Parts: sequence; structure tokens; C-alpha cells
Amino acid sequence: MNRFVNRLTKNGKFHPMWIVLAVVGVLIVASIVFIPARYEAAKEPAQKNFVAINKTPAVTNLPEPDAGQPDPKQLSVSTQPTHFTPPSESDMPKGEMGDMIKLGRNIFVHTQVYAKNLVGNGLNCVNCHLDAGRKADSAPLWAAYVSFPAYRSKNHKVNSFEDRLAGCFRFSMNGTPPAYNSKEMLALTSYSYWLATGAPTGKTLAGRGYPKLDNPPQPPDTQRGAKVFAQNCAICHGADGMGTKVNGQYAFPPLWGNDSYNAGAGMHKVKNAAAFIKANMPLGKGNSLSIQEAWDVAQFVDSHDRPPDPRTKK
Amino acid sequence: MVNEMKLVKGSPAKILFALIMTTQVNLSYADVQAGATIAQKGTGSSAACMQCHGANGEGQAAAGFPRLAGQNKDYLVKQLNDFKAKLRKNPLMAPIANSLSTTQINDVADYYSSLPAWKAGSSPAQATSAPMSRGAQLAQQGDWDKGMPACFACHGVNGTGIPPHFPSIAGQNATYIANQLNAWKDGSRINDPEGLMKAVADKLSADDISAVSTYLANPK
Repeated sequence: MNRFVNRLTKNGKFHPMWIVLAVVGVLIVASIVFIPARYEAAKEPAQKNFVAINKTPAVTNLPEPDAGQPDPKQLSVSTQPTHFTPPSESDMPKGEMGDMIKLGRNIFVHTQVYAKNLVGNGLNCVNCHLDAGRKADSAPLWAAYVSFPAYRSKNHKVNSFEDRLAGCFRFSMNGTPPAYNSKEMLALTSYSYWLATGAPTGKTLAGRGYPKLDNPPQPPDTQRGAKVFAQNCAICHGADGMGTKVNGQYAFPPLWGNDSYNAGAGMHKVKNAAAFIKANMPLGKGNSLSIQEAWDVAQFVDSHDRPPDPRTKK
Repeated sequence: MVNEMKLVKGSPAKILFALIMTTQVNLSYADVQAGATIAQKGTGSSAACMQCHGANGEGQAAAGFPRLAGQNKDYLVKQLNDFKAKLRKNPLMAPIANSLSTTQINDVADYYSSLPAWKAGSSPAQATSAPMSRGAQLAQQGDWDKGMPACFACHGVNGTGIPPHFPSIAGQNATYIANQLNAWKDGSRINDPEGLMKAVADKLSADDISAVSTYLANPK
């Protein structure tokens, strides 16, 4: 900069560059004075909207503190452990078997860390199987484990439990199934086996999968679903459904787009998504949406683009 | 560096660009500086934040004044606006928030979010067979038999927060956490988005609140 200024003055003559510099100087002074003012003015209405938006749910809470809570009848159904109870974490066996079970739990909960190479999107198993695969009505591992081998119409053959896990990797995780004798497969199977300790085989356990949802009074509607989404889901999954990231990892999962489950996943069927949402969403407020709202918002979520079904590439 | 070299040879447009860039960097710095002044000296009409929230925004555990250092900016702005709008009721904070302009709220939130956050373990909790305290269990796993998700499911790995809506709760003092959980439970705090905290607090027993708030003050 100094050299530049020197060159101008050494010249001894008026140089057109001075005009430019003078104009620049004025502009800078003006920008220091006006840019912050404009910026603040622009911020002002945005802040007001923010408050206004947040006012609505808070104010509706006022007259009825329990608004949005499940009614007592539903509460007793969903909270009483009438279903099978898996062993507690502190009862995990020691030794090599224990290590394998722990690895399975780690893969299940932190799939992006422990099985990154097998996953083609931003999801972790635990996103759809809440409470590390323990929660009834959220496709718990203990109920799935004792339900295989079984014939599945999805692929028209008798499937082993490993086949079922492979399906999750291929569709829900949009990735590559672990090899059948791989450490990952063994670890996930061990964890599921341990969770099912004491569960009867060949019986459909209460709490398996997602509870089948009654048909909605009106056909599911994407437009109504968009409103349900904005009011109940966007805070975590983002207004654009792309989830919320912290340090490059999804803290809340994306519900559509490249990083979400593919079109072959069970969750891509509206009836499954509706059943999962009704029983489990928003997190900690399961059964707070009506049957109609659950169907509508599921229809809305599944109306978006996502990776294609690997069987058809559509 | 490359830009500076070119500047010496100097086209006016590039000088203009560089100068404006420098000015803008200084502007955002000024926000934090302005916020620091409010935090340390007050605004003339309101007291200095540090009188209650500590010299470095660390809070005052004994009095239950919350830690602000490292809290996410959007959350801080929302709380100050909510105090102003009486959506969050607190006799100490209401007059202070009322005296702050939108600019000052932004500045002071900028300042506190720029301070170092409580230092938590950086890796996510791993599967363990060691017996877990009730507080750790609620924070890391929740209690799904009661329909309660883990605190960390929404407040992030080890409670470090998920901006913009979910504040950091790690290293927050136990009195403050317990006060807030009780306030949601009894309906005196109602500014949680979608009633998410109300839903959880309603299911926590007094023992649970004590256990989880003690744990969150120093999560391991």
C-alpha cells in the first residue's frame, strides 16, 4: 500500500487515482455509518416475527397446561410396561460376548461412526428404532429377533434375521449390507439376541414394529400435512426437512433428500411412516398427534424426493 | 496474502473491496465488543449482566443464576425477547430485558455465545455395563417406560446443545436446571417450543429432577 501511495506522490502531478481514492473514502465513512443502521433495521422485523411465531404455541398452552398430552387412557396404554422388557444395560455380560454386544449397540446408536462405510446416507439405526432398539412400538430389536426366520412378501422368500438386517442397510440406510460373517453383522445380531433374552420365539410380541394405525377419517393430504410438519416437526427436522447438523453429523435426521432413507425403505410407505409418527413423534410426545394428522404428515414427508429404490432405480 | 500482493499494484476496485471487507470484519467484532460492555458495565438503565451471571458468564451456582458463556446465540436472543414479551416470567430479568434494544440484545447474545463453553467430553457416550446413576441414565438414555427421551436426544452429544433451538445444558448449575424443570412442571415457564420441555418435565418425579440436575452440572 505504501509503495502505491509513494508512486502517486513522486509523480508530482495530479493523478486521476486521487479522485477514486477520495470517493472510496467517502463510501467507507458512509458504509460505517449506514450499514449497521440498515442491518439493525432489517433485523428488527425478523426478531418480531420470531417472537410472534413462538408466541402461538406458548399462548395456546396457557388455558390448558395439558394440551397436546396424550389422554389418560392412552397414557396408561403407552407407558405401562405390559410388553416384554429387555434386560437392563447394567446386566450386559462381561468378556468377549459382552464386547460383541457392546459393539453392536455402538453400531446401532452411532452408525455413522462405527459402520460409516456401510451407510449411504446420514442416518443412524436408532433414528427409527428409538431407545437404542429397546422401545416398544418403535420396531424394537427384541421383538424382531424372535420373529425370524420368516417368509416376507417384500422379497418372496424365507428371510433369516441377518437378511432382515441387510434389508435395513440396503433400504433405510441406503447403503451396503454388512457381509454375513462380518464383525458388524455378528455384533448387531449379538446385541439383538441379548436384548431378546427370555423372550418367547414364534410369538408376535406386543410392541413389535409400529402399532398398526386406523385409517384416517379423510384421505391423507399433503397440504394439511405440510401444516402439521411446520407446527410439530420443523423445529428438529428443519423447515426444509433436511435435519439439523452439529459438527458435520446429523443431530436430528433428515426426512427426505440425499441423506435420508431411500424409496425402497419401509418408512417410504405412508402407512408405516404414519404408524411410527403417531406412536413416537414428536420425541417425548408420542400419541399427541391425531390419527388424521399422523397420516397427513406422513403423506407430506413421503411426497418428497429421496434416493431411488435400488431394486428399480426409481 | 495473495490479495495483499495484488493490492500493492492496486486496482481501485480491489482496494475498495478489500477496505469494505476489513470494515465488515470490524463491524462484527464491534457487536461482541458492544455486548461485552453491556455485560460488564450495564447500559446505564440496566445493571451489568456479570453482577449475577459471573465475570466470565459462568453463572452463580448457589443462587441458581444460569451459566451464559458459550450458550448458543439464537437461544439467548429468544430468551431475552421472551422476558420482554412476558412469555418467560422472571422478576429480575424482566426489567433488564425491557431496557435492552434489539441491537443490544443481539450484541450481548453475541458476546456470551463467543465465550468458551463448559468443557464436556468430546466423544459420545459409549455402551457400558457399569452401573449408571439415575441422573446419567435420564440424561443419556431417558426412561422410555415413562415415555421420557434422553436429555441429550435434543440437547446434543453430552448436552452441548443443538442450535438454534436447543440450548446447551452441560455444566449448567443444578439449582437453575431444577428450577426450570419445576417451572415447566407447574406451568410457570411456558416458552418451550412445541411444549417439548413441558412434556418431559411432567413425567419427572422430584427425585428425578434432583438426580438429573445434579448430573448435568458436571456430566461425565
